[in-house]
Amino acid sequence: MTTRIDRRFAALKAEGRAALVTFLMAGDPDAEACLAIVKALPAAGADVIELGMPFTDPMADGPAIQVAGQRALKAGQTMVKTLGLVRAFRQSDDATPIVLMGYYNPIYIYGVEKFLVDAKAAGVDGLIVVDLPPEEDEELCLPALKAGLNFIRLATPTTDDKRLPAVLNNTSGFVYYVSITGITGAATPDPSKVNAAVARIKRHTKLPVAVGFGVRTGEQARAIAEGADGVVVGSALVDAVRQSLDADGKATARTVAAVTDLVAQLSAGIHGAKKAAAE
Amino acid sequence: MTVLQPNSFRTGPDERGHFGIYGGRFVAETLMPLILELEKAYNAAKTDPAFKTQMDGYLKNYVGRPSPLYFAERLTEYFGGAKIYFKREDLNHTGAHKVNNVLGQILLAKRMGKPRVIAETGAGMHGVATATLCAKFGLDCIVYMGEVDVERQQPNVLRMKALGAQVRPVVSGSKTLKDAMNEALRDWVTNVTDTFYCIGTVAGPHPYPAMVRDFQCVIGNETRVQMQEAEGRLPDSLIACIGGGSNAMGLFHPFLDDKEIEIYGVEAAGHGLGTSLHAASIAGGRPGVLHGNRAYLLMDDDGQITEAHSISAGLDYPGIGPEHAWLNDMGRVKFLSATDDEALAAFRLCSRLEGIIPALEPAHALARVAEIAPEKPTDHLMVVNLSGRGDKDLDSVARHLGGRL
Repeated sequence: MTTRIDRRFAALKAEGRAALVTFLMAGDPDAEACLAIVKALPAAGADVIELGMPFTDPMADGPAIQVAGQRALKAGQTMVKTLGLVRAFRQSDDATPIVLMGYYNPIYIYGVEKFLVDAKAAGVDGLIVVDLPPEEDEELCLPALKAGLNFIRLATPTTDDKRLPAVLNNTSGFVYYVSITGITGAATPDPSKVNAAVARIKRHTKLPVAVGFGVRTGEQARAIAEGADGVVVGSALVDAVRQSLDADGKATARTVAAVTDLVAQLSAGIHGAKKAAAE
Repeated sequence: MTVLQPNSFRTGPDERGHFGIYGGRFVAETLMPLILELEKAYNAAKTDPAFKTQMDGYLKNYVGRPSPLYFAERLTEYFGGAKIYFKREDLNHTGAHKVNNVLGQILLAKRMGKPRVIAETGAGMHGVATATLCAKFGLDCIVYMGEVDVERQQPNVLRMKALGAQVRPVVSGSKTLKDAMNEALRDWVTNVTDTFYCIGTVAGPHPYPAMVRDFQCVIGNETRVQMQEAEGRLPDSLIACIGGGSNAMGLFHPFLDDKEIEIYGVEAAGHGLGTSLHAASIAGGRPGVLHGNRAYLLMDDDGQITEAHSISAGLDYPGIGPEHAWLNDMGRVKFLSATDDEALAAFRLCSRLEGIIPALEPAHALARVAEIAPEKPTDHLMVVNLSGRGDKDLDSVARHLGGRL
């Protein structure tokens, strides 16, 4: 079984460059504006789209993504609407992979089986659920794999060589390496340390490794892309959304361009990366 | 509904931290190795006689244990039914039961060589206990406290500062206890090598619910001995307030297998269970996942956590410990609730009749005693966990009662 994620990473590997993985919060600043932004992402240079499922208590997220979730919830975002956003996007794009990212409770309350069926039908390719470590695989990871969705696990600087196999087991699509110990958007990763960590993970798996948490600029993206198979950018993009809003927090004529301009810069950075070595 | 009862209610959790469907380890990968390290260190300490000797010594000479089991004579007369005893956790050093658990965790932090301790606090009692023991053992202490709670519990904020702790007001989310816990978890994810997270209640990822319970069981273990001495037998009923549920679990757990003993937990009903302003997660919530464990939570239909409300900052949490959730489903503990107004009335009554100003948290338990005790015969022995003293609440009580203290 291959998913859009597998196919996209394989194609980019053939091209010899890393993927740009863009994160936005579903329903931020509202459902309609969010769909407009998401639809514009692939043309701007996004290779994989991550959509946050908003949650009231995002324990691993920094202020930028916390308030993005609050904006979405205030605008009335629900899980049903998030799946609707994916469905609407799929009407015009059947190739760009979509990963839903968030916390377990909204999925648990939606109902795991129903969620997997509905997500698959809407055109979701993978899931990242922050508060489900391998110790809780029976909750969602194993049912998701059975349903044909990738379950993308986070590996972190605290995941040592002894623990890595447990983290990689049942992981599919790609591995998401969290470049810092900390919350999203909090600190700037050190590219040389990150590249060493990516190389360490690659000794344990054939899956692509994408790196996120703290990447904000095209230059940083380029440095990370020299070692990694993908670069994830989130806080900088949701900040761009926030800065484009009017005084009432509503989307403006600038909102879509604010995001796509930054995506284009990040994409240019990644295209400029020199791959360290052929794999 | 008949629930198949286990042979013992005291064997949980399983090795993965589950009490039935509750509990577990729902944390970010960054924290998982830290939690496994903690579990290993706790298991080693638990079976080390030197650790027990150390604990017992400080419990006696620093905390002031055993706390008295006090016969509340005038309250008993007033209600005209059950013979009411108070387990006087308010007399512990720092003024509440919280110190029992914090002592255990701080000694563990020392054993693990962690120089920096973080904690979340609602009413401030857990924060004060943590600040106190960090001062005593020379550890850095950072306490996360919702901005709303910082305002309504000023005396405890000042106590923490006097003890050398840093109090960080939390402005995210609803600015109360759950948000303080989110912020403490964010700190821990950031400071993974030097930091010990001292959780104040029987919740969070495994091993916290079991570890905090074990440290609090001193309450129930003493009560067994003291009631034998006072009355020559075990009590007939136990009652305690429940936010996360650590004081209740400490009293209840040693009695869970004495199946003839009635056990009551009292949640905070705020403005009433029929309103959206309460903190009763068993009466008004359903099973969900937050802060590392599955338990009953207050939430909307989309799985978003809703804000709890209680006059008592210590009960103002939208969840409950996983073992309580399981004991509820098993039918072993009966969960009741008391409103803000009922707690205030009980606060006044206890202060006036017994000369004991209770914290607003145990005042919730006292409010249900007012109903249960009169129904019981005069030889019925009832133990109320008087989990903390009320000095910290005088300002907010005065505000609510409009000066009619």
